[in-house]
Amino acid sequence: MRSTLLLGTRKGFIAYHTQNNYWQIENISFEGMPVSIAYADPRNSTWWACLDHGHWGVKLHRSKDRGNTWEEVVAPAYPEGEEIKDGLPAATRYIWSMAHGGKNFHSKLWVGTDPGGLFLSEDGGDSFQLVESLWKHPTRKEGWFGGGRDQPGIHSIVVDPRDENHIHVAISCAGVFETVDAGKTWEIRNKGLRADFLPDPAAETGHDPHILVAAPTNPDILWQQNHCGIFRSKDGSKSWEDVSQPQGPARFGFAIAVADDNPDQAWVAPAHSDENRTAIKGALSICRTDDGGKSWKDCRNGLPQNACFDIVYRHALANSADNVAFGTTTGNLFFSPDRGESWQVLNNYLPMIYSVQFAD
Amino acid sequence: MPTVKFTPALKRFFPGLKNTPAKGATLAEILGELELNYPGVRSYLLDEQGHLRKHVNIFIDGTIIKDRTALSDLFTENSEIYIIQALSGG
Repeated sequence: MRSTLLLGTRKGFIAYHTQNNYWQIENISFEGMPVSIAYADPRNSTWWACLDHGHWGVKLHRSKDRGNTWEEVVAPAYPEGEEIKDGLPAATRYIWSMAHGGKNFHSKLWVGTDPGGLFLSEDGGDSFQLVESLWKHPTRKEGWFGGGRDQPGIHSIVVDPRDENHIHVAISCAGVFETVDAGKTWEIRNKGLRADFLPDPAAETGHDPHILVAAPTNPDILWQQNHCGIFRSKDGSKSWEDVSQPQGPARFGFAIAVADDNPDQAWVAPAHSDENRTAIKGALSICRTDDGGKSWKDCRNGLPQNACFDIVYRHALANSADNVAFGTTTGNLFFSPDRGESWQVLNNYLPMIYSVQFAD
Repeated sequence: MPTVKFTPALKRFFPGLKNTPAKGATLAEILGELELNYPGVRSYLLDEQGHLRKHVNIFIDGTIIKDRTALSDLFTENSEIYIIQALSGG
């Protein structure tokens, strides 16, 4: 069982540790600073803190001793002269995703950013280079735009454990892109998605996958919580099927997680509509499917059901074996030891939570 | 030689930061000199394209600079260059 929970929050990096089924805070670092992603690399137990200083820019720190000491490394930076659009210089505005390169590429680390650049480190994070092939994709300047943030951002990086040169990324707003050659070339994988906010909902790009995940036991099954519903692919992203509940609640939201041992089991954190972005009818629920999205079970036992405004950001729902945890926009942290059947409060008084990850 | 002064907020990241005389004909050169004294500080003030970060301000002798992109504002040998953070929300 993974006994650590890492949280990226609006006011710092927070690590929880459990012993005898009791979770307590092990480490608080960067107090007061926004941490967009708190990430543990399972290959070497290095912790990463992606900082979004309001004043001083995006910074990247790592710790090899569970947060006791941190080392700042040079954050991903766009080469001189690069532009988001013509006349708009490109600089890293936010680190929105981080993923290790896999067990065969010990030194590889991928980072996704706003304004839309994917970066690769091949030296364990000492330095990062822009992945030019995706940055220069012919659809980028005209077909990508902001969604959730002012500029396009890469929030999902999914490395296939069977072949670590096979990677999916998801971009708001552009959609899903796939490479089978470690990032040399990219294919658009948006067939079957629906972008209701565009004049042409079936446009090639401009889709808004809020988060993309793959089933660990069958990475050809991918799930996404999209702006326009919950979509699932059974053919490695070549086509997508809407598996939302037409009338909700499992429909709009930001987060999705898929079970470690069952490609048909997934959790979402429904929210009230694009317009409101609050808990539905003031009540918090997590919905779980056990049959690939054919049906959804509403899991509310232990969650607030009155006067609740919480929603769950895209990286703030995580699972490990039977354990599921999520953090909310109003700083509540919930934990379930039984796949969502029941929920416990770990903390009601945290800052806004951006990311949650189980780690060793 | 101009003297560069810093907001105390930067001392969290650069504990040794103090008023620093710095050589240079332009603000960009001054910041380059600061980088030698305090490695990494330039990236806290400028983005990778060399533009002043949105929530950083520089005052020269009490006047806020106008050119946040090319950093071409003029100063004298006796100028005080004050680097501060803009005030922003909670």
